[in-house]
Amino acid sequence: MPSSAAPSGQGAGGSSGGIPPAPAPEGVGLFSRVAARLRGRSALTASLLAGPTLVWLLLFLILPLCVILVYSLGSRGAYGDVVLGFSFDNYLKAFSPLWFPVILRSFAYAAIATLLTLLMGYPLAYFIALFGGRRKNLYLILLMLPFWTSYLIRTYSWIVILRTQGVLNTVLTSLHVVPEPLNLLNTPFSVILGLTYGFLPFMTLPLYASLERLDKSLIEASYDLGANRLWTLLKVTIPLSLPGIVAGTLLVFIPAVGDFVTPDLLGGPSTMMIGNVIQSQFLSARDWAYGSALSFSLMAILLVAIFFYVRRVGTEDLV
Amino acid sequence: MSRKPRDQRVKAKGLRVFVGFVYAFLFAPIVVLVLFSFNNSKRNAVWKGFTLKWYDALFHDTAVLQALQNSFKVAVVATIVSSIFGTLAAYALVRYRFRGSGIYNGAIYIPLVIPEIVFGVALLTFLRAVSINLSMTTVVIAHIAFTVSYIVVVVRARMVGFDRHLEEAAMDLGANELQTFLHVTLPFMLPGILAGALLAFVLSFDDFVITFFNAGVGATTLPLKVYSMVKFGVTPEINAISVFMLATTSIILLVYYKLQGAPPGATIKGAGEE
Amino acid sequence: MKKLDRELRVLSVDCLNAPVSRRGFFKRAGAAGLLLGVPGLLAACGGGSSTTTSGASGTPTTQKLADTLNFYNWSDYIAEDTIPNFEKEYGVKVVYDNYSSNDALLAKLQSGATGYDIIVPTDYMVTTMLGLNLLQEIDLANVPNIVNLYARFREEPFDPGNKYSVPWQWGTTGIGYNSEKVTGFQPSWDMLWDAQYKGKITMLTEIRDIFAVALFKLGYDANTTDPAQIDEATQLLIEQKPLLKHYTSDTYIDELASNDTWLAHGYSGDVFQAQAENDVVQYSIPSEGAIIWVDSMCIPTDAPHKYTAEVFMNYILEPEVSAAISNFVVYASPNEKAEEFLDPTILEDPSVYPPQEVQDKLTFMKELGADTELYNTAYEKVKAA
Repeated sequence: MPSSAAPSGQGAGGSSGGIPPAPAPEGVGLFSRVAARLRGRSALTASLLAGPTLVWLLLFLILPLCVILVYSLGSRGAYGDVVLGFSFDNYLKAFSPLWFPVILRSFAYAAIATLLTLLMGYPLAYFIALFGGRRKNLYLILLMLPFWTSYLIRTYSWIVILRTQGVLNTVLTSLHVVPEPLNLLNTPFSVILGLTYGFLPFMTLPLYASLERLDKSLIEASYDLGANRLWTLLKVTIPLSLPGIVAGTLLVFIPAVGDFVTPDLLGGPSTMMIGNVIQSQFLSARDWAYGSALSFSLMAILLVAIFFYVRRVGTEDLV
Repeated sequence: MSRKPRDQRVKAKGLRVFVGFVYAFLFAPIVVLVLFSFNNSKRNAVWKGFTLKWYDALFHDTAVLQALQNSFKVAVVATIVSSIFGTLAAYALVRYRFRGSGIYNGAIYIPLVIPEIVFGVALLTFLRAVSINLSMTTVVIAHIAFTVSYIVVVVRARMVGFDRHLEEAAMDLGANELQTFLHVTLPFMLPGILAGALLAFVLSFDDFVITFFNAGVGATTLPLKVYSMVKFGVTPEINAISVFMLATTSIILLVYYKLQGAPPGATIKGAGEE
Repeated sequence: MKKLDRELRVLSVDCLNAPVSRRGFFKRAGAAGLLLGVPGLLAACGGGSSTTTSGASGTPTTQKLADTLNFYNWSDYIAEDTIPNFEKEYGVKVVYDNYSSNDALLAKLQSGATGYDIIVPTDYMVTTMLGLNLLQEIDLANVPNIVNLYARFREEPFDPGNKYSVPWQWGTTGIGYNSEKVTGFQPSWDMLWDAQYKGKITMLTEIRDIFAVALFKLGYDANTTDPAQIDEATQLLIEQKPLLKHYTSDTYIDELASNDTWLAHGYSGDVFQAQAENDVVQYSIPSEGAIIWVDSMCIPTDAPHKYTAEVFMNYILEPEVSAAISNFVVYASPNEKAEEFLDPTILEDPSVYPPQEVQDKLTFMKELGADTELYNTAYEKVKAA
C-alpha cells in the first residue's frame, strides 16, 4: 500500500487540492461521504470546523470590544457617561508612571503564583496521569471538587484560616512554633496564596492532558539505558509535556495579572493590582473611557508577552 | 506489568506524600467551610456553637435553590456547547494551516486577556445596542464566549504531535472515516476535552462579574445571589449549599465507581501499548 | 388589564428599538458606522431623549396593575413578609433580584435597559442617574402615602419634592469600634489616624466616602470643590495608609465581630450587624460631622410596569410596612407615621435615630458632576502612594 504522501504530525493539511492521502475503503455512511467530499479541501474543512467558534467570538466578543475601543478614544462626561471623541489622552494617561508600580506588582504576583502552581501542579498532574490508573478521573474530580463551592465562601474560609486569631495562627502559637500570631492576612503573602489556590486547576488540568499521553515506555527506556530520575525528568518527561506547561502557564498567568477579587478580599492597601484599578474606573470613578484605555493597554501588553513567550519556548504550533 | 526499578517505586512514595499535601492544601478552606455550615451565628466570622438550622433554612429558601438550579443549567449548557465548538476549533488549528489562522489564534487568546468587567460591560452594551433583551440565554451566550478559549487551549495542547500514522493505519486496516475518528482520534482527544470541560464548568459556575452584567430579570445564578448578600451578611446558609453540593457529588462518584469499576475514556498510550 | 399592559410594553420596547432595527444595525456596521450609529443607539436606549423621561405625561394614564413587578434591591434589605403581603393584597407577582453596590447597579443600567421597575440607589447615585437620564418621574398622585414622610425627606437636596425618588431607609456613615480594645475612644475621626492601632483600622472603599472623612477631620465641607482643600485631604489620606489594615466596604463587619479590626469606617446598619455578633462593638457618629445617606426607590426610564411600581411604593410607605422593614434590617425609617410601630429599642437608640443636635451635623453627599474628576485624580494619588 503506498503510504500517504502527506506528512504525519502537525499541520498536515498542506495546500488545498494537494496529493490526496492513500485510498481508503469508501464508507457509505453520511460521515464518510462528507469526509470524502472534504478530502483535499483542507481550507474548507478547517473553516467548517473552526467556524462556530469564530462566529461566536466575532459576534459576542470582537464586536462588543469594538464598542469599548470607541469608548477608549472618548472622555468622561459630567456624570460618568462616555463623551465620544477621538483622542489618545486616555492612552497617555494609562502609560503614566503612576501605574508602573501597580503593573509591575501585578506581573510579579502573577508570575510567582504561576511558578507556585507549576511546582505544585506538575507533580500532581504527573501522579494522576502516570500513577492514577483506573482512578484517574476520580483524582481529577477530586481536584475540581473544592471549586464547586462559591468562590466567595472559599475566600472567606481562607480569611478564617489566615487571620490573626485564625486557624493557622492558633495552631502555630499553641505549638510554640511562633511566639506571636503572624500577620498573614492583607499582605502580599495572602494575595499570592489566594491566586495560587484559585488557579491551581488551571495549571494542573492542561498538564494532565499533556502528560497523560506520555508513553511510559519512553521513561522506562530511559531508565533502562542508565539514566537516573532527575535526568529522565529533565530530558525526557518535561520536554514531552511542554505543550501542557505552556498552556498551563498561559491559563494561569494571564487571568492572574488581571485578577481583582483576590487582592480585593485578601489584600491590603499596598497590594493593589491592575485589575483593581480597571475595576474602579468602571465602577467608582465612572470613567469608562479611561478604564477602556487601561484595559486595551493591558491586553496589548499581555498579547505581546504571549507572542514572545510562545515563540521563545519553541512550540509555535501552539500559537 | 512493566518492570519498575526500585528507585522508581520509592519515587512514587515521595510523590504520593507530596500529592497528599497538595490535596490537603486544596481542601483546607473546604474543611473550614464545612465546619462553619454548622455555625450558630448569622455570619461566617466567629464560631458560636453547633446547629443544623442553616440546612433547614436552605431547603426552605426557594430563591437560593432557584439560583443554584440556574447556575447548573447555565454551566451545563455552556460547557457542552463550548466543548464542542472549542474541540472542533482546536482540531482545525492543529491539523490545518489556513489563511488567517494566525489572527484566529490571536483571537482565541482575547477572552483570556480581557478583564472581566470590560467584557461584561462590552457585551451588555452590544446586546442592548442590537436590542437583545437580557435573560438566562444572554448569560449562556456570555459564558460560552469566555469558556471556549480555555477548551481550545487545553485540547490543542493535547493534540499537538498526534501521530497521523495511527489514523492511516486504522484506515489501512479497513476502518472508514467515522470509525477511525470514533475509535482512534476521539479517544485520544478525550482526556483533553474532559480536562477543558471541567475547567469550563467551574469557570461558568463560579462567574460573577460577566454574569452580573448580562443576566436578565430573575436570571439569578448562585454567585449573583451570594455576592449580593455580601453587603448584609453571607450567612452560613451559603456554606450549607456548598456542603450539599460537595456531598451530592461525592455520593454520585461513590455510586458510580462502585457500579462501574474502570472509568470510561481509557486512553491510547501509543502504538503497541494496552 | 392585559390590553393596556401590552400597550405599555409596546411603548417601552419602541424606545429600545429606537431608530434602527437589528438588521439596520448590521448594515451600518463599518468602523465609521459604529462611530456614528452607536452613540445614537445608546442615546436612544439610554432614554436620553426628552420624550422618554416624561413617562408619566407621555403615556395615557394606565391605572391597571400589571401581572408582575421587577424589583431590584439591596440584599437583605426587606422584612420577610413585605413582598408576600404585597403579592397577596394586590395579586401581583414580584420578581425580586439583588445587588450589593451602587456602582455596579449604575454600570449595569448605563449599559442598557435591564427590565427592572424599581431600583433602590443611594442619594448621590440618584443625582448621577438623573444626569444620565436613567430615571423617570414618579406620578405622586399614585403615591398618596408620601405625606407620611418626615419633612426632611420631602425636601431632599438631591430630589426636592420626591419627583424621582421615594425614600426607603436611611442611615449614617460613622465609626464602628471595639469598646474593649480601643481604650479612651473619642467620637472623632481622629481615631482613625491613631498610630497605636496600626493595622487594626479599616476605611470604606467608595471614593467620596473616604474623602468625606478627611474633609470632616479638617473641618471642611464634605462636598467641597476647592482643589486646595482636596489636596490637604489627599495628604491626610496618604499619611493614613500605612496604618490601615485595608479598604473594605463589607468584610469589616466580620472583622469587627471577630476582633480583627478595632476601628472601622462603616455604615450604621453594618456596624449593628457586627454588634449583634459581638456586643463589644459600638457605633459612633463623630462630632466633626458625618454623612447621612438615604436609599430611595426609583423607576428606571424603561421600566415596563410603571404604575404597579408606584402602587408598590405607596404600599411601602404604609406605616406598618415601613416599620416592619426597619425593625428587621435595623436601619432608620424615613416614615414619620411608622414611629408608633417601631421596636422601641430601635427608636430610642441614638445611633439609629440620632438626637437633633447630632442630626444637624449630618450632611448628604452631593453628586458633583464634572468636579468629580478632582476627587478621582486625588484618589489615584492615594491609591498609588
